[in-house]
Amino acid sequence: MNRGKKFVVGGAVIAGALAYMIYAGVTQSAVYFVTPGELRAAAVPGKSYRLGGMVVPGSLKWEPRTLDLSFTLSDGTATVPVRHKGTPPDLFGESRGAVVEGSWVADGYFRATLIMAKHSEEYKAPHDASVAGYQELIKTLRGESR
Amino acid sequence: MTADLGFGMTLVALVLAVYGGAAAGVGARTGRTALVESAQHAALGVFVLITACFALLTYAFLAFDFSVRYVATNTNLGTPFYYRIPGVWGALEGSIILWSWMLALYTVIVVLRHRATARDLYPWALATMLGILAFFLLVMTVAAPPFQRQTPVPPDGRGLNPLLEDTGMITHPVALYLGFTGCTVPFAFAMAALITGRVGDAWLTLTRRWAIVAWYFLSLGLLIGGWWSYHVLGWGGYWAWDPVENAAFMPWLTGTAFLHSVMIQERRRMLKLWNISLVILTFSLTLFGTFLTRSGVIASVHSFTQGAIGILFLSFLALVLLTALGLVAWRWEALRSQGDLDSVVSRESAFLLNNVLLVAAAFTVFFGTVFPLLSEAVRGVKVSVGAPFFNQVNVPLFLSLIFLMGVGPLIAWRRASLDNLARNFLWPVVLGVVAAAAAFVLGVRSLLAALSFAAAAFVLATIALDFGRATRARLRLGESLLPAMGGLVRRHNRRYGGLIVHLGILIIALGVTGSQAWSVQTEMTLRPGEAAELAGYRVRFDGLTAVEESNHFKVIGAFTVSNGRTLGVLRPAKKFYPQEQSPIAYVDYRLGLKEDIYLVLGDFARDGQQATVKLQVNRLVSWIWIGGAVLTLGALLAILPDRRAAA
Repeated sequence: MNRGKKFVVGGAVIAGALAYMIYAGVTQSAVYFVTPGELRAAAVPGKSYRLGGMVVPGSLKWEPRTLDLSFTLSDGTATVPVRHKGTPPDLFGESRGAVVEGSWVADGYFRATLIMAKHSEEYKAPHDASVAGYQELIKTLRGESR
Repeated sequence: MTADLGFGMTLVALVLAVYGGAAAGVGARTGRTALVESAQHAALGVFVLITACFALLTYAFLAFDFSVRYVATNTNLGTPFYYRIPGVWGALEGSIILWSWMLALYTVIVVLRHRATARDLYPWALATMLGILAFFLLVMTVAAPPFQRQTPVPPDGRGLNPLLEDTGMITHPVALYLGFTGCTVPFAFAMAALITGRVGDAWLTLTRRWAIVAWYFLSLGLLIGGWWSYHVLGWGGYWAWDPVENAAFMPWLTGTAFLHSVMIQERRRMLKLWNISLVILTFSLTLFGTFLTRSGVIASVHSFTQGAIGILFLSFLALVLLTALGLVAWRWEALRSQGDLDSVVSRESAFLLNNVLLVAAAFTVFFGTVFPLLSEAVRGVKVSVGAPFFNQVNVPLFLSLIFLMGVGPLIAWRRASLDNLARNFLWPVVLGVVAAAAAFVLGVRSLLAALSFAAAAFVLATIALDFGRATRARLRLGESLLPAMGGLVRRHNRRYGGLIVHLGILIIALGVTGSQAWSVQTEMTLRPGEAAELAGYRVRFDGLTAVEESNHFKVIGAFTVSNGRTLGVLRPAKKFYPQEQSPIAYVDYRLGLKEDIYLVLGDFARDGQQATVKLQVNRLVSWIWIGGAVLTLGALLAILPDRRAAA
């Protein structure tokens, strides 16, 4: 085999290996973005999803001792119950947007391995309500810590 | 008033940059040096004006001039003095000013350094740089004006994004932008080479050191970004394959490829087309990175969500690529290689493979980053690939690259004989195998970790072999040990600078391997007096306290850490900013060479009777920062002026 051919063959081998690695990587780690409605329509147990929606008011339950977190995500048309093991992240709460990653469990709920609260990228001036909440928090904590 | 003055200066700078770019171009074409000199004055004027803009904005931040909208949005009266400075570039508009200012600075340095020495290439390079500067000034006037009036003037501002209140945030964008903008200089000279048809070695020699400077700042920016992520974001990691991290990583990869392929062109006059392409690619990727960050097309922690600016950047990127590729096509004949590869087993081949792997890595990162866009366009479904994809595809590439780091510097040019291979690589290979075996005996069961250690030992041995041999040769000439080593390093500063950078990368790679393979974590809710245990550590919850800071309110948990004996008290906290909807975590940690213990305060009861804490023991992470310091040393050495020519 002459030199030129060797380089061509080498290049082809590298390109082939790379293409295979990318293909395998994509098929193994693809995460589908769905809304609660889409998930309800066609959920495949075991497949990875990234589910986005709003945390339904009153649905959030947090059990600090066992670290069990459960809540319901809604897109206005359908709802999906979500369970997670771990602390709710910063910026997470009822009536806020959240994106969770995980899979659908045949028992009828979504098991989240990761919770991402949706930032509003623009930093807003404090709402009156949250200012009140903040003041109240300061008061409670002060009262307790003194 | 401030806003009008700033806007006026930006406008004048824009006009000057457009004029300067045109004058330099016409001057270069017609050979009228007066026009080029006039362009130089314009460049200087642009620099002075942008500096004034930058100073004015900084002053507005320090003096709380809320009549400027950007100031009112990004700081408030409670912001401590030293965090008012990063506020200047804490959001979109200011970051564009910072970028333009650095670009203007590079332009002025190019004028000072090259106006007398590179008569042919320099005017076109100046024209290119001023053209790019004009684009950024256009962005500053049209799409993201930092100087806009705020009426009525609010009594207080909104405040800086609290995550940016950190020293890492003062330095990270500065370093990263110096890297991004630094890539413009090689690009400008590459354009000059294409336009003048002088695509030989002149432009490479001129831009080599510039490329190292830009590469170094990119590396530094990435490392500081990792440090910021590690100690501010509170998830215990330093790299998440976030689109914006990827955006900075891609030009780093192609830039690294360029730094290596340059050597082949210098030595063998091959790869001219490849080198030009790498420079074009690297510069385009910096623009693409800005497009990703600033347009909000891909959701990311960093994105600022701005619509119009995305289109502006994309159009400019298209213009740059079309122009550059057009020029390449025009000079196709001249770019043909003069040398030829002699053998598959040679330094040329090793470097070529290194380049192919680096570009492949850049491609996979690019592919993974834009994959959601692609899949939505092609199949109509939104699919993303996360960290597992990037790790899976890149780890084999990076392992091969580390192995090549040992091969490339020692293997013979043209054709390596068996004898040459044995002389250079027998002992390193033996050491690599020994290292893998030792790792296995010591209980390492991860194949990946064992391979990394083998590759690291191999590379380390080649560096030691090379340095030892060269030192011995000097000792034979009668020099004593230390002067011999010093003289060697100083005389061949580029080579040994490069080898020290390799060493730094190696140390970073070990830190990454260790932290990926052996870090452990747990999460627990504790009552006062209760303790969590992990990896030999005991973490006892002592209680909560609350403190009011100038611009936020802080709830602090106290945790006593011990491993047999008491190590100290860690105080992770949650910070409540009035302008934020939710608290921000403030992590506390104890760094160590072997492992870091890292605490994040989660949820807590308001009566202080319980707190959830995330406890991590992160292994070998400190070596990433140590590797960064070694890399800095090597890069500084490589940037030093060449002594060989003078000696």
